Amino acid sequence: MSKFLEVTNLNVSFPTEDGEVRASNEVSYSVGLGETLAIVGESGSGKSVSNLAVMGLHNPVRTKITGSAVLNLADGPVDVISASADTVRRLRGKSMSMIFQDPMSALHPFFTIGDQIAEAWHLYNKGSKKDGIKKATEMLDLVGIPDAASRAHDYPHQFSGGMRQRAMIAMALVNNPSLLIADEPTTALDVTVQSQILQLLKDLQKEFNMAIILITHDLGVVAEVADRICVMYGGRIVEDGTVDDIFYRPEHPYTLGLLNSVPRITAGESHRLRAIPGQPPSLISLPSGCAFQPRCEYSTKVSSGACASTVPSLSDKGSGHLSRCHLDAADLNNLVKDKA
Amino acid sequence: MTENILELNNLTKFFPAKAGGIFSRAKGEVRAVDGVNLTVGRGETVGLVGESGCGKTTVGRTVMKLYEPTSGQIVFDGQDITNLDRKEMKPIRSKMQMIFQDPFSSLNPRHTVGTIISSSFTIHDIEPEGGVEHAVRELLTLVGLNPEHINRFPHEFSGGQRQRIGIARSLALKPKLIVADEPVSALDVSIQAQVVNLLDDLQKEFGLSYLFVAHDLSIVQHISDRVVVMYLGKVMEMAPTRELFANPRHPYTKALLSAVPVADPKIGRSRERIILQGDLPSPVNPPSGCVFNTRCWKAQDICRSVVPETIQISPLQTVACHFPEV
Ligand SMILES: Nc1ncnc2c1ncn2[C@@H]1O[C@H](COP(=O)(O)OP(=O)(O)OP(=O)(O)O)[C@@H](O)[C@H]1O
Ligand SMILES: Nc1ncnc2c1ncn2[C@@H]1O[C@H](COP(=O)(O)OP(=O)(O)O)[C@@H](O)[C@H]1O
Ligand code: SF4
Ligand code: SF4
Ligand SMILES: [Mg+2]
Ligand SMILES: [Mg+2]
Repeated sequence: MSKFLEVTNLNVSFPTEDGEVRASNEVSYSVGLGETLAIVGESGSGKSVSNLAVMGLHNPVRTKITGSAVLNLADGPVDVISASADTVRRLRGKSMSMIFQDPMSALHPFFTIGDQIAEAWHLYNKGSKKDGIKKATEMLDLVGIPDAASRAHDYPHQFSGGMRQRAMIAMALVNNPSLLIADEPTTALDVTVQSQILQLLKDLQKEFNMAIILITHDLGVVAEVADRICVMYGGRIVEDGTVDDIFYRPEHPYTLGLLNSVPRITAGESHRLRAIPGQPPSLISLPSGCAFQPRCEYSTKVSSGACASTVPSLSDKGSGHLSRCHLDAADLNNLVKDKA
Repeated sequence: MTENILELNNLTKFFPAKAGGIFSRAKGEVRAVDGVNLTVGRGETVGLVGESGCGKTTVGRTVMKLYEPTSGQIVFDGQDITNLDRKEMKPIRSKMQMIFQDPFSSLNPRHTVGTIISSSFTIHDIEPEGGVEHAVRELLTLVGLNPEHINRFPHEFSGGQRQRIGIARSLALKPKLIVADEPVSALDVSIQAQVVNLLDDLQKEFGLSYLFVAHDLSIVQHISDRVVVMYLGKVMEMAPTRELFANPRHPYTKALLSAVPVADPKIGRSRERIILQGDLPSPVNPPSGCVFNTRCWKAQDICRSVVPETIQISPLQTVACHFPEV
């Protein structure tokens, strides 16, 4: 069965003076209604760029995009990569919405919160100004703003950071989209507010059966909300599996390194952290083989120097989840033993 | 030699609240740090945690005397430095150093790494053994950077490397205390671990003491011997790391710990979580009584009128609450 969003072989690059930034390379992922897919990776690994392409938010002149991203809508599939700008604009905010780390990027400082949510609603609904404000109040109430009817008249600066995040969620969901892409939605928030917002997203997902793509670098957040996880490194997806696959049976040395880097709040004795040496690659001059090779302690196990010369393919090595690594199945199974 | 490298006694720092902007309705003072008592032992790492705006950075900057304290006392290495002026502070500054959160803005972009690190020597008129350049190269090696890169500029380094440069600068004068304000918050997870390990190693090698300010509790737990939890300018709870995480006694600590997402799905699914209602109140108008009472699920009438005293709840653990957890 096809999922609500199916991204296949997406390539996004930016020609710049220094060379071509290949931010997203042969990226494929999918997410179904009611499902949460987390995309994790370090900054600059291509998480946002890939999803901005799905939303049709790249500058068409300065961006090269190939591949497909199909939305399986009730009235048939639409590939948002090849569709006209007009078609994508009509889907945006209605069938798919996006929220960001910084709510002020979506909220205009000079208009009231209520007016802005109402405006988003009027784009796709007929109704009076009063209906719009009523809808806005309803949405603010839904996302847990106390005293929503009066707070709808506030300006963004009168809201706290957590409330602005709620307001942006209210605006993104006002037309009941089937897909919500949340790009680091809680990174700027305190943990007690973060847990409120994550809970809110979970509740709303249940209520509206939304597909959610959660972009984050925080493995704790991922562990708590995701159903499935794609790990990105150097503009490519290097592993794709269920939450338990990724956390308990990682099949890529980078995923393993990432898991080992995180101090465990539950761990007893504090041990030395197992840091990954070196730094992430530049997307202008990606290594010709596996992008992780310069940092990978396992590459010596692969014969004939394949790690440095050939990009491994993303494939199922028999475990039911996908990884992009030249190690053979036996070695991959052994990775789990190196988990801290 | 006193046991503690640093002692803060009833330290207070108020800022005048600006008219206009977010404080337009309430004029008065921002009670950023409001009666803080804490100590840092020699060779000890004390973690200072709490949510945004609770006063962590202000504590750190006041300790460094980058802010003048409003009241209270700062004792560094056995000496009361509360009222020392700029000139009197100069010899002491070399013994306490600060590392900042933002590895991008804390280094002058027009200066080479060599100039940045050697400024520690020039400001204090110190000629290190073997000369400045030799000393800088040694420091670069110490923090895991290539000494050949002495003439490069900050933009030629990654975030993690820039943080290493900041650390090298802070180590130049062999300080006793380092106030580290969110030193790894801006870094990627895999790079965070590198810098945390470096701080661990340096402590072992030089017997450094750290006041480690952070909001990431898993890193604080990893690096600290003791942890101080702040809320709205006040200390809520203080305990050895293990006790604090195993048995938090203050309701706020309990809520804070339960809000931290755990990078282990099985634990995440099964554990009980306290979701606090509402946001942080403004430090211009802190709630009366216990400052946490507007969000506390245990609050009673007394919490809204009487400020809870800080009680010694076990030999090493203190808590400021009328109804501590058992
Ligand atoms: N120079 C200043 N003038 C006025 N108010 C200030 C000043 N510096 C800090 N404050 C206020 O004092 C309070 C404590 O700020 P502080 O920077 O110490 O918080 P923090 O705990 O470090 O927060 P974060 O986690 O966001 O870094 C805040 O309400 C802040 O707005
Ligand atoms: N408009 C642009 N022009 C050139 N490079 C870009 C542009 N947008 C993003 N990039 C680059 O693409 C890479 C991936 O970025 P991004 O997807 O934002 O990373 P993240 O995984 O942190 O979300 C980065 O190297 C970034 O600098
Ligand atoms: S392909 Fe080679 S270098 Fe890349 S992750 Fe696998 S073992 Fe390491
Ligand atoms: S004093 Fe009262 S309001 Fe404050 S933390 Fe304790 S129980 Fe809660
Ligand atoms: Mg991003
Ligand atoms: Mg701070």
